[in-house]
Amino acid sequence: MKRKPARAALHLGVALASIALAACSSSSKTQDAGTSGPGSGTITVAGSTAMLPLVKDASAAYQEQHKSVKISVSGGGSATGINQVAAKAIDVGDSDITAPNHPELVDHRVAVVGFAVITNPTVGVKGLSKQQLRDVFAGNVANWKDVGGADQKIVVVNRPRSSGTRAVFVKTIMGTAPLSESGLVEDATGTVVSVVKQTPGSVSYVALSGVTAGGVAIVAVDGVAPSAGTIVSGKYPIWSYEHMFTNGEAKGEVAAFIDYVSTRTDLVQKNKFIAVSVMKVKETDR
Amino acid sequence: MIALQARRSRRTERIAVTGLRIAAGFVILAMAALLGYLAFEGTKTFYVDKFPLWSFLFSPEFAPDANHPGAAVFVTGTLAVTLFAIAIGGPFGIAVGIFLAEIAPHRMTQVLKPAIEVMVGIPSVVYGWLGLTLLVPLIRTHTSSPSGFGLAAAGIVLAIMILPTVITLSEDAFRSLPGALKEGSLALGATRWQTITRVLLPSASSGLAVALILGIARAVGETLAIQMVIGNATQFPKGLFAPTAALTTEIVTDMPGATAGSLLEHALFSMAFLLLLIAMVLIVMVRFALRRRA
Repeated sequence: MKRKPARAALHLGVALASIALAACSSSSKTQDAGTSGPGSGTITVAGSTAMLPLVKDASAAYQEQHKSVKISVSGGGSATGINQVAAKAIDVGDSDITAPNHPELVDHRVAVVGFAVITNPTVGVKGLSKQQLRDVFAGNVANWKDVGGADQKIVVVNRPRSSGTRAVFVKTIMGTAPLSESGLVEDATGTVVSVVKQTPGSVSYVALSGVTAGGVAIVAVDGVAPSAGTIVSGKYPIWSYEHMFTNGEAKGEVAAFIDYVSTRTDLVQKNKFIAVSVMKVKETDR
Repeated sequence: MIALQARRSRRTERIAVTGLRIAAGFVILAMAALLGYLAFEGTKTFYVDKFPLWSFLFSPEFAPDANHPGAAVFVTGTLAVTLFAIAIGGPFGIAVGIFLAEIAPHRMTQVLKPAIEVMVGIPSVVYGWLGLTLLVPLIRTHTSSPSGFGLAAAGIVLAIMILPTVITLSEDAFRSLPGALKEGSLALGATRWQTITRVLLPSASSGLAVALILGIARAVGETLAIQMVIGNATQFPKGLFAPTAALTTEIVTDMPGATAGSLLEHALFSMAFLLLLIAMVLIVMVRFALRRRA
């Protein structure tokens, strides 16, 4: 009889701890990357998961050439990158979007990224107009047969509010139309691709760099398929600059690394990004 | 000589007691700090952003960008998923508890108990991963749900996760009953089933209530495992198999993008504070149930 309250208290402790964890898990996430400050011979980079493959490749190659420099690269999403570099928790924040609310951040455009609208292969839609895309993602149409596909329910997969990919998609396609709230939300480029692969009728938007393996179908927008050529000429609408933000002017190894990322055009191309220098459409930003 | 020893042991005693006092004080301090901080940050939605508490709790529109962070969807999601989990895991857990305490032969309990303890130790990400790879495709192929993500997937994963809590606590509830109850019932000619349902179950009811409440507490706070399978859609659960979101999953999903001082951050803190309040209510309920029994 005496034993039981103690046991109950233990279980309660577990329950409480998991609640506390729920509240803190993201703050501990943000602190992971901030273990070393600028100038320590270690460069910490975090943010956009779309940029991750490029930045990882570039950091590996850079560390190969500069043995004294250690570069730690992680994801978290564009907003995380911006928030953390603004808080000086990391040296470089990767982002698919600009940071108009943070005047202290210095923008470095390192590449251009195209985004593809992808569907599960069973959907059977080769192309959609911008208006059809808006209808699909706003939830105005519920079945693929209404936009020329198979008789199958549409499952929209979105990224969370912090996602740069989502922001670019909203800016270039949705405009003022709201994204459907009934869609699934998955929190990284890789997760989105695997969910779309396994879920019949699903549709989402991901960076071209994320669509490496097969298993998903790419949808043409207004008859134009995403490729380096169509993005450079401005025919394909869904693209944005990839930004590396520093808090204040980039100095020393950080500046050298950022410069290195943008000049290794071979790595840029290998990861399906486009070098900033070849863009023919000069827009201030997307 | 004896006096010296006595003095020495008195001193040891004093040091030990002081040490224990400091430890206890630290725990109280940590809890107070946590509570204070969450209360401070969690109420900013209301006194800094002037968003009415009523709308926060009951408005289904979660649009922090448009200054309207209604959290009703997430509150409903948490309630629905928890109810689902306890509706499955509760009776099942109590049944196993009865079995362990009253029916299972000694050898079997020796195998079952460690197995249940292992269930507690499995990290929630593993439960979530299994849910994602086994349960979600299963639901997708066998129901009308096009994606498989949703309330049912999350509820089933949670039901499994709360089982160990419910099982061990309900087993305890039965074991702590005085032996005379059972013996008397059997001596009067009742069968084992009659003894369990008419005598033991009613007598253990407050202990079983504690088991269920703590199961609920565990379910309310679980985050990662259900985030992986619930779908995270900001909408009321339109059915058992439709995607929705809970308070915990919403915090994890949107926290990385919440700029310090933004309405989104304040709203997420308010949700965290709300979770803490729910936990506190559950604690009070446990205390109440325990007192009633004593």
